[in-house]
Amino acid sequence: MGNNNTAVVSAAFEQLKAAAQQKWEQLHSKPLILVGAATCGRAAGALSLLEEVKTELQKLQLDATVLEVGCMGHCYAEPVMVIYNEGFPTICYGYVKEGVGARIVRDYLTEGDPGIEFALAAIEPNDFFPTFQDFPRGVYENKIVMEQCGFIDPRDIDHYLATGGYSALVKALETTPEEIIETVKASGLRGRGGAGFPTGVKWETCRNSAGDQKYVICNADEGDPGAFMDRTILESNPHLLIEGLAIAARAAGAEKGYVYIRAEYPLAVERVALAVQTAKEKGLLGKSILGSDFNFDIELFQGSGAFVCGEETALIASMEGQPGIPRHRPPFPAISGLWGKPTVINNVKSLSYVPYIINRGAEWFRSNGTEKSPGTAIFALAGKVVNTGLAEVPMSTTLRELIFDVGSGIANGKNFKAVQIGGPSGGCLPEEALDTPIDFDSLTKAGAMMGSGGMVVLDENDCMVEIARFFLDFTQKESCGKCTFCRLGTKHMLDILERITKGRGKPEDIDMLMELASKVREGSLCNLGKTAPNPVLSTLKYFREEYEAHINEGRCPSLMCKDLIAYYILPDKCERSCDACVGSCPVEAIYDNEDRIKVINQEKCVKCDSCMVACPPQYKAVIKVSPPYKVAEMEQERGKK
Amino acid sequence: MRLTEEEKQAAVEVTQAILGRLDQGDKGRIIPVLQQVQSKLGYVPQIAMEEVAAHFGVPPVDIYGIITFYNQFRLTPPGKNQVKICMGTACHMRGAHIIQEAWERRLNIKVGETTEDREYSLERVACVGCCTMAPVVVINEEVHGKITPTRVDGLLFSHQLDKRKMKEGDANNG
Repeated sequence: MGNNNTAVVSAAFEQLKAAAQQKWEQLHSKPLILVGAATCGRAAGALSLLEEVKTELQKLQLDATVLEVGCMGHCYAEPVMVIYNEGFPTICYGYVKEGVGARIVRDYLTEGDPGIEFALAAIEPNDFFPTFQDFPRGVYENKIVMEQCGFIDPRDIDHYLATGGYSALVKALETTPEEIIETVKASGLRGRGGAGFPTGVKWETCRNSAGDQKYVICNADEGDPGAFMDRTILESNPHLLIEGLAIAARAAGAEKGYVYIRAEYPLAVERVALAVQTAKEKGLLGKSILGSDFNFDIELFQGSGAFVCGEETALIASMEGQPGIPRHRPPFPAISGLWGKPTVINNVKSLSYVPYIINRGAEWFRSNGTEKSPGTAIFALAGKVVNTGLAEVPMSTTLRELIFDVGSGIANGKNFKAVQIGGPSGGCLPEEALDTPIDFDSLTKAGAMMGSGGMVVLDENDCMVEIARFFLDFTQKESCGKCTFCRLGTKHMLDILERITKGRGKPEDIDMLMELASKVREGSLCNLGKTAPNPVLSTLKYFREEYEAHINEGRCPSLMCKDLIAYYILPDKCERSCDACVGSCPVEAIYDNEDRIKVINQEKCVKCDSCMVACPPQYKAVIKVSPPYKVAEMEQERGKK
Repeated sequence: MRLTEEEKQAAVEVTQAILGRLDQGDKGRIIPVLQQVQSKLGYVPQIAMEEVAAHFGVPPVDIYGIITFYNQFRLTPPGKNQVKICMGTACHMRGAHIIQEAWERRLNIKVGETTEDREYSLERVACVGCCTMAPVVVINEEVHGKITPTRVDGLLFSHQLDKRKMKEGDANNG
């Protein structure tokens, strides 16, 4: 590109940026209230909070702006609200339940009482109140991709522009595609979709492939149950992804891009579609972007709910209007992809790092994480951990730090048992493996997988056989059916696991599972089949005794497998005049015996857990027993007394 | 499932309106078209599949193959209210199967079925990405987190209450 063009581009961009910054400053000239309303926030009632705050402002006739933003990752504290008010430190509030939002706004904006009893932390350092950095979580967290999530309005491109957005695209327009590729290669960025393939190499292969028509695709088909970081980025900062995709297109030599996004994420679809449209209006997408010779357009494609479509060749098949069935590689999509043309397919997170790498340089990126896995990793902490949510930490952070410091440990005072990483392709790691540093290679070595970064923490009440069965049930249903071993082998393994969880397992089942696992791994074409046995293998490796208890004794040590447990009310603990359990039972299985102690009719009981929840904590009279025949023994024992 | 003539007519009209003047060679449009048919009708009837197949010049069985391959598509009409139970890992570990049974018991149908009065249908969905609020149920488009069997009763009750209010409102207006 000629030098005179560079001037055109930066002039056009400076104009956009100046307008955006002016708008941004105006926004901060009066009190500003941000409400986290991504899907997770909405599930916790963010929309009614939004309504409540707006009504309160109207009632008090206060001049303040209320904005609906994305998620900053503190999902455990949803709904979350941030208030900027001149002269006070900016404070983030958590657990803003009904009535609290209106109260905070009223007290803060009319009487100057910031209501710190509801505050989670301050956003920037100040003399009054700790910031997120002062908590254990903040020590480990290093936000790159998630920096802006939850602080800008995802539906307003000006917010993104005002905070430095699209400047990397301008930089990319001013350099050659080869230089972009060099920078990304030097940064060592590896694909965050799970496989960890170097992003720069992928782009280079596509650039060097013959053909005038090339494509870039963003893989936003986040299908791993338990992972939601892509959704958060899409809902909270869609322009980051668009900028990354545009830079990828410039590097790879493509003029057409797609965002392949799950139809199960309606809010994300809506926000990305709007972002693409506004970027086009501003001239940041479309023909001759910012007056340069670079043309690039993005279209949305909605995935129809097939897990296997996260595999790139299956994704391409589904975009071509076929069932999503993977094909042989090579040729790799970077050589022959969509409609047979060279195609780059990158994950949402990989692309989201790109603008930062271009702006801050490869060296800066390398200063985070490890030699072979530079940068940060985003984990979706869920399950039995206290602080669930998204955490962006440098690679090489250990699992223990992540679970016990960032996640604040196990909820309800229970004991840690295992952590499941990498979704259906990953594995369960026990206590001993907690000091494993997180990066692509050491997790694979430990028997799990980086995967997309879903992390489900399991406590003593979670049955490892059941979790293996759950994942296999998932992969078995999602197998596309092309390879015999994946189609039939997983089904057979599932049958065995189901038998074991129902107490009908046979001693030879464990060996059979091992054998099938290795056959499925060898006989499958794509990673869905190759990794499907991982949950079974890792649980067998670390928790074999649980399998044996199920098979040999018909007992579920974690009291989870429904067919192997029964509910029982301890007569010594039952408070006679309390009827909490009776009312909670949906099938009227609980009755009073002659001394008004509650008894469960085992024939009627559907094991719904309601009575256990309903029983007041000071009595804790309802227990689970395994194997179920023990109840009869206990009842007999009592009869004798 | 038998459709009435009017239903068939409506399905054909909807499908043709969506197909419009789309390029017949652009097979990449097949899935988006089917998605639009489903969002208009709530499901994809056989007659709509045949229309799509004819438009793109592919055998109807290929369209049927696509419909049955992807989880998103339905072959039968959904209930007026769609209850979707999230079956992600976090929800599973926090008792999604217990929630599923609670719905099945209350609605007296199994997953994948629609109640007699076509009022409710029950489905399982893969992770909706609200793992921190597990277990999660999506009713129509609304996400409800931290569900317990007693909350299932509560949700149904409030739903029926809303309906009764609406009916009374209608009666008052009329």
